[in-house]
Formats: sequence, C-alpha cells, structure tokens
Amino acid sequence: MWTESLPFAKRFAHMTKHDKLSNSFRNQPDERGHFGQFGGRYVAETLMPLILDLEKHYRAAQADPAFAEEFDDLLEHYVGRPSPLYFAERVTEHVRKEAPEGKGAQIWFKRDELNHTGAHKINNCIGQILLAKRMGKTRIIAETGAGQHGVATATVCARFGLPCVIYMGATDIERQKPNIFRMRLLGAEVVPVTSGSATLKDAMNDALRDWVANVHDTFYIIGTAAGPHPYPELVRDFQSVIGREAREQMLARTGRLPDMLVAAIGGGSNAIGLFHPFLDDPDVEMLGIEAAGRGLEKEHAASLAGGKPGILHGNKTYLLQDEDGQIDEAHSISAGLDYPGIGPEHSWLKESGRVRYDSVTDTEALEAFQLLCGTEGIIPALEPSHAIAAVAREAVKMDKDQIILANLCGRGDKDIFTVAEALGTEI
Amino acid sequence: MTRLSSSFPADRAALVAFVTGGDPTTADTGAILDALVEGGADIIELGMPFTDPMADGPAIQAANIRSLSAGTKTADILNIATAFRERHPSVPLVLMGYANPMTIRGADWFADACANAGVDGVICVDIPVEEDDSLGDALRAKDVAVIRLATPTTDTERLPEILNNASGFLYYVSVAGITGLQQAAQASIEEAVARLKAGTDLPVAVGFGVRTPEQAADIARVADGVVVGSAIVEIIAEHGANAAPHVKDYVKSLSDAIRSAR
Repeated sequence: MWTESLPFAKRFAHMTKHDKLSNSFRNQPDERGHFGQFGGRYVAETLMPLILDLEKHYRAAQADPAFAEEFDDLLEHYVGRPSPLYFAERVTEHVRKEAPEGKGAQIWFKRDELNHTGAHKINNCIGQILLAKRMGKTRIIAETGAGQHGVATATVCARFGLPCVIYMGATDIERQKPNIFRMRLLGAEVVPVTSGSATLKDAMNDALRDWVANVHDTFYIIGTAAGPHPYPELVRDFQSVIGREAREQMLARTGRLPDMLVAAIGGGSNAIGLFHPFLDDPDVEMLGIEAAGRGLEKEHAASLAGGKPGILHGNKTYLLQDEDGQIDEAHSISAGLDYPGIGPEHSWLKESGRVRYDSVTDTEALEAFQLLCGTEGIIPALEPSHAIAAVAREAVKMDKDQIILANLCGRGDKDIFTVAEALGTEI
Repeated sequence: MTRLSSSFPADRAALVAFVTGGDPTTADTGAILDALVEGGADIIELGMPFTDPMADGPAIQAANIRSLSAGTKTADILNIATAFRERHPSVPLVLMGYANPMTIRGADWFADACANAGVDGVICVDIPVEEDDSLGDALRAKDVAVIRLATPTTDTERLPEILNNASGFLYYVSVAGITGLQQAAQASIEEAVARLKAGTDLPVAVGFGVRTPEQAADIARVADGVVVGSAIVEIIAEHGANAAPHVKDYVKSLSDAIRSAR
C-alpha cells in the first residue's frame, strides 16, 4: 500500500525539484504559488508574513519523515483509511438499461464517505492540524459551507485539545442543522455569519477577519484547495491520498487504470485529491462537475462555466462576478458546492485542457441521490450526487469494458432535511 | 512636486480622511467629500465599494453594502473622482479598495482611468508586494502612486521589500486586525513610526481605530499623517443624505486637534 514508510516529500514527485518533469501536469504551482496565471497570494499585508511562515513550516514538514508517519498513522487508525474502492454493480446495470447496445461502462466508487466524520474533509484537517501543532499555534478557526469541513475541523480540534471557532453562513446553518449540533458536541464554537449572502464565501470573509486580528496564536484550517498559497498546494497534497489509494486499488483489482474519473467541485478539494495522482496518466480522462443549481442561465454555482478570472479570498481564479468585479451570489441545493469561486489549480487544469469540466443541476443531483439510495443502499451527500448524475450521463456513452470511477466524497445523513423538503416530504 | 508629496506640511501632521464612494448613494458623495475638505482634511481617501471587503470591520462593511445596494458602479466612483478633481485642483485624492474591482478590466485600464480622473494614488488592500505585478507596474507607468501598507506583523527584514517601489506615503496599519474596531497603544505606534521612518523618506501616515481628536493629536505628534475612516463612515450611516454638515464638524474637530498637536 501507499502507506509504506516513504518520506512524505517522496510521495509527491512535484514536491522535490530534482523530480520535476518539464512536461508534467503535476509540478504546479511555481515558487510564487502560481498555477499558470492562477493562484498566488492576494492577502492583506498583516497576513503575508504568516503565509510565508506557513510555507516555510510546510516545506520542513514535507522533508520530515516523522510528519509523514504521524499523518499516515492517524489516517489509518483514526480516519479509517484506506477507504474501499467499490464496484457499483446495480448502478452499472441500471445505466446499461438506458444505454445503446455494447455501451454502459462499469461504475466504481471511491468510498470516502466511509471516513470518520463522513466525508473526505477529514484527510486535510488531519494534515493541517499537524502543521498547526508544528507552528506552535494554540487556536484553530475554519469556515464551513455544508458543515462537513466544520465537523472535521471540530473533530481534529477535540482530538488534539485545541479550541476551535467555526464560521458558518446563517443560511447554511438553517439547512445543515444536524452538523451544527455535531460541531457543538465536539466542543467547537459555531459563529453564524449574517453578512453578504450569509453562505460559504461570507463565512470565509469572517474567518479571514478573525485571522488577521489573531495572527499571533491562530491557525486557519481552510477546507478546500483554494485561498492564498500555500493552501491550494497543501490541501491538494493532503487530499491526494484519495487518488493514490484509488490508483493502487484499481491496479490491484483490475490490473488497469480507470478510463474516466469524475468528481463534484465546489472549491474542488475532493476532485483535485482524486485527479492529481492520475494527471500524468494520459489515458485517464477526467471530468469535474460544477453545480448548475437552477440552471446555468439562472442561479448556479458553476464558476468555470459561468464565471471569469478574478481575485478573491487570496487567489486568482474563475469567479462568478459582474462586469465591475463584484462577486455574485452562488446557488446550489448543496451547501458544500455553494461558492462563487473554485480552487486555482482547477482553473489552470481547465485552461490547459487536461481536465474537462461540466455541470449538473439541483434536479439532476436529486435524481442521482435517489438512484444511489435505491440501487446500492448508499445515501450519498448532495455534493457527490452531482458527480453520480454525471457518471450516469457519461457511462452510457462509454463501452461496457471501460471503467468510470467517481469519488463518493461524503455521506448524505446531513442532507436528509434538504432532500425531504425538495421532495415535498415532511420528516 | 506631486499633489501627494506636497500635502504633508513640515510643521504638522496631515489628516487623511476616508469615506466609501457611493455611500449612501453616488449623488451624496460629492457633498461629503467637499465637507471633508472644508473640515480640514489634507488628503481624501475614497473607498471603492466591494461585495467582499475582508479587511474591513462592521462600519465599513455596512458602507460597502449601502453603496452597492444603491447601485454604485466603478464608473460612478471614477466620475466622483473626476468631479472632485475639477472642484479641488490641489487636494490629493487616493482610491482605496480591493484587487478584483481594480483589476477586472485589466491593470492598464484601471491605471488609465485613475490618471484620467486625477487620482493621485491607489491603496489596494489585497495586493501585497509579492503580487505587485498585478497592478503596481501599470500604476507607476501612469505616475499614480502605489501606496503600501505596513502592519505590526511587518518585521524589519520584510520592510525594505515593502518600501521597494512604494510611493506617495507609507500607510501604517497600527493594529493587526480589521478597520474601525480597536486602537493601538500610543507607545507601540511611536515605536513603529520610528522604525518605519528609519527605513524610508516617505511620509508615514497611521490609521486603524482612530476616533477622537485626542487620539488624532497623540498620533500627530509622532507621525506625518493620521488616517480616520470608520468614525466618519459611522456619521454617514447615522445621517445618510444629510451627513455632510455633521461630517464637516467632526473632521474639523480632528483637524483642529492635529493643528495644535505640535
């Protein structure tokens, strides 16, 4: 398995200069944290010295075998990794019924919803809290949309005995009540954010405001592969455990690589975690799925499909915005995808053409949610339900002997109230 | 001698007064800017509203929302600046804001627009020196000052990087935090100003959390400029379209205190 005691830095070819290949898709970002024209460090001067310090500590951690060892140990015994790779036979059969003769690819899932706390978010939180400890920080803050990152952050804070403040949009608090209670049970303080659209972007604004006022003792655990450098890089590295496991598991089980990878994208951490270890496998096609909300011509959260490059929350990336650069409010039925931006590496992967991006509406995601419940006995979160909808759409166009692998990045317990409301049912 | 460099008198500190453009509406800002000048402000700092002002505290956040809700566009802010320049040919005006509205049409477009509107300098909160090429080169090419921020977290090692290519004045953000909430201890301001002045010939203006004439006078004794923002914006929040005379009275109280400080 990948967990064999390789020093952390050696796991990532892109991390050590002598390993860098000029024609690789895996050697981003550059030394200034840029992914092509995207990424960077667009923060207030107060934060800049801290960001530079974080990068220095991250480089030291990458070179320290003890860091890798502790990270691996926690992922195995606390998170429950490796997560299973699962051949979803019944969904595959279902899709084949609609497919032309000879079509209907095998559908596989990477089961990151089986992680402790029920989503992929915990992988990154383990890595970042170990960094916070290395830096001697004594207080943790985070933003959360669906509440999954908030729960994962509160979890690692309880595990390491650090006080934790979670910023969450008031709108999201309303639609994710079970997660609020979970965070509070875990000892976190949940601060409702009422400014702006009272969703994820506003929670990030308030987390940044807290950070700038508490730089001396506070570590900001950013939940997605976005924000100022080095966050997009380190979140990707911590989440890449998903793709590394999937790659080895798929080779072990089938003797080959998948033909297509599919993942849902809000900020894009589960997608980059799955994609990154495969980026230099030219025969593996990749598809990132944005939330089309009520439709791309209406309210949505598809920054790549409906936005243009701009600067927000510390990085340059595709953003939903007007002609003056004012940020538009995003909409998705899934609180975790309800963000008007996207991680900078995805913007770069789109422009370089290595990854294809498409979108799925609220309605399509709800159908996929129900499909998975009924065919596989798995209640997925609304975020990966977007990926599942795309899988069904793509699989019918692919040959029967092809393999499509989607990241099942979260479980749906938290979403049952939202889904019930959308389906007109009272719980 | 540019308007900015001549606006710091030798015998007293300059008063830098901030308001958000278009707050409460675009039509009100001209009279409010005039009130700042009549009250004795030496430099006008005009905020460009942004949906996500993450370095600002509640007062200026609310001002941004009022302005944008009233429909303020970037073109309105530039028109406000152009009209101000016609009414006040010698009073320097700087634009303060965030990277995205400033760069969305391209840095060259924004630098041109600033030069055409008679804007003397630009303070961009979220473009640190590391990303200077996103905006700084274009502004310098049009002789628009790139005003840099130094903060309590800017150490001696980093200071020269910030001063490199800085112009106009150096803005010392006296607290690690957001606008309008807390005031730094006078001793820490004195220590910081001395450190900054040892590193640069640029005038050093101190801001964040300055509210009373007494605080302004204390800072005026050691710094080249005093920046006041949130306290003025709160007067606009209270009086709305009728804010100008109240703003003038308040600014005059600051200006009087600064003029008699040394």
